Amino acid sequence: MWSIYLNVVLQGVLTGLVYGLMALGLSVIFGVVRVVNFAHGEFAVIAMYAAFILFKAFGLDPLIAAAPIALAFFAVGFVLQMALINSFVSRPEHEQFILLVGLAIVITNALLMIFGPDAQPTNLPYAFDSYLVGPLIIDKVRVYAATAAVVVSAALFAFFRHTRTGAAIRACADNLVGAAVVGLNVKRLYALTFGLGLACVGAAGASMVTIADATPSLGPAYTLLAFTIVIIGGLGSMSGALVGGVLIGVSEALAGFIIAPSMKSMFSFALLIAVLVLRPQGLMGKKRT
Amino acid sequence: MRALWGAMTPRGKVLLAVLVVALLAAPLAVNRYLLSVLTLTLYFVYVGQAWNLMMGYAGQLSLGHALYVGLGGYVAAALWVHFGIGPWLGVFPAVAVAAAFGAAIGWLGFRFGIEGVYFALLTIAFAEFTRIGFDHIAFTGGAGGLFLPYEEKRLGEWWNLRGGQDFFYYLAFALASGGVVIAALLSRARLGFQWLAIREDEIAARALGIDVFRAKMKAVLISSGMTAIGGVFYAFYNNSLFPAQVFDIGRSIELILAPIVGGLGTIFGPVIGALILTPLGEILIAATERLGIDAPGVKAVFYGLLLMIIISLVPNGVWPWIVRRFALVKHKP
Repeated sequence: MWSIYLNVVLQGVLTGLVYGLMALGLSVIFGVVRVVNFAHGEFAVIAMYAAFILFKAFGLDPLIAAAPIALAFFAVGFVLQMALINSFVSRPEHEQFILLVGLAIVITNALLMIFGPDAQPTNLPYAFDSYLVGPLIIDKVRVYAATAAVVVSAALFAFFRHTRTGAAIRACADNLVGAAVVGLNVKRLYALTFGLGLACVGAAGASMVTIADATPSLGPAYTLLAFTIVIIGGLGSMSGALVGGVLIGVSEALAGFIIAPSMKSMFSFALLIAVLVLRPQGLMGKKRT
Repeated sequence: MRALWGAMTPRGKVLLAVLVVALLAAPLAVNRYLLSVLTLTLYFVYVGQAWNLMMGYAGQLSLGHALYVGLGGYVAAALWVHFGIGPWLGVFPAVAVAAAFGAAIGWLGFRFGIEGVYFALLTIAFAEFTRIGFDHIAFTGGAGGLFLPYEEKRLGEWWNLRGGQDFFYYLAFALASGGVVIAALLSRARLGFQWLAIREDEIAARALGIDVFRAKMKAVLISSGMTAIGGVFYAFYNNSLFPAQVFDIGRSIELILAPIVGGLGTIFGPVIGALILTPLGEILIAATERLGIDAPGVKAVFYGLLLMIIISLVPNGVWPWIVRRFALVKHKP
């Protein structure tokens, strides 16, 4: 009996890591640019469709396609921040929010116009393969997707810790005025950050296609999911995003298994409300002043 | 009220009178379809006013107002369907339930210092939580929806909100005018000025001796209660309620478009916003149908682009610009 639960939990952890990568993008953007990307999940869905098309047209494995997609998303994020969002950075929160919600609405409905409302299954050749480890049955796709998520996250951690540009971006996040005074090009660094954030979403979306079918209505759902994760983990905390992702992944898997699949996200929201009330800065977040 | 009327230029007064008379006479002149568009417009004027009180005046961004529409609608509709209690009575528990939820969200948010984006997310979380919850409440029909029976013999029973298009149009007109009057009164009241102070600088407001928590709670209570009345209207006008529809985050966003486009924190912003947006949306649908394009997302893509353009170019909304351009008010709006 316990092995079933162990299976469910493990499955939740693996899915949660992909969620975590998606949320990581949101957290990085907020942590540095201080703009909440309300179109985050919508970008993930674009990546899902991109991976889906690449797979159908060229038979490219979504996990390999994740690399070019992430690169393209980096470019999109860079341009978006330079052209549009930089002018909103010092504007009131609700104006930033409205801009990005507008963008989110455009993306979701443009996808709806192009692809229609039906879910598009990718049907990977190894979709139903699994590893047998003792009593555990682990889906191959989830292992691959989770590994990809961990690799990308690790690369991002390393970038922020060990490169000069990474340090410069952290400087912007810690002390904006100070960063500008020592001559950092803040606008360009913001654009780089937004690009990196979107690259995370791109990679996460492409990996997600192996687990879930692409459909436009996933956009708002993933935006909410990413928010829930970063708030639980701590908005702006990179490790918090991964921890939050795993936590949500496990709680969704358990709630879906024990109670009802349709009620699984109710527990995520309950968890979110609890965290907001008891520890508003999130589990791993620094205390806000 | 008198102060507001006095602040308007003669041109402003004439235009307002023309608008009111035109709206009152509309059912005589236009066909059923146009009247339904106008009804929808007035509904959005009303709920927009309710939301604007909280965001535009008190500066508390709620992205979950569909919660109050849904709760109001569901409570009144369930009382009517299961117990035969009419909506004029049912509106009281409907408002009470929505206000109780509003109070819970407000209390959690304001007591624990959850502000800005975090507060907005709290409101979304509550709305989503309730949406999924209602999917599983058998008493209100679950995900399959709650239907208000359409009975021919009840059609004239205005006291049960069973009427034709004309009836609902005037009801929406009454709601919208009521919303405008409440906003106008509150904006000149002590509470309204307290809200503005909090919106501009909460710490300074506190230093002036304003009980910030109390004032914000009043904003949530009034806003959620008013929105719930809109929900009762929505339920009896549409005769059906689905959790996935009424509590959807898309509904919450739809509801805040009019005040944002029109102008946050202004009395006529939600009016102008709704008068622009709702007919525009209908025209767009009609135009794409005429062109033979069968794309369900067209209207929403257009709304999204419009939002982005308006917030980039006129972040304060259209109304302040109109006021300045056409000199409708003597001093500043």
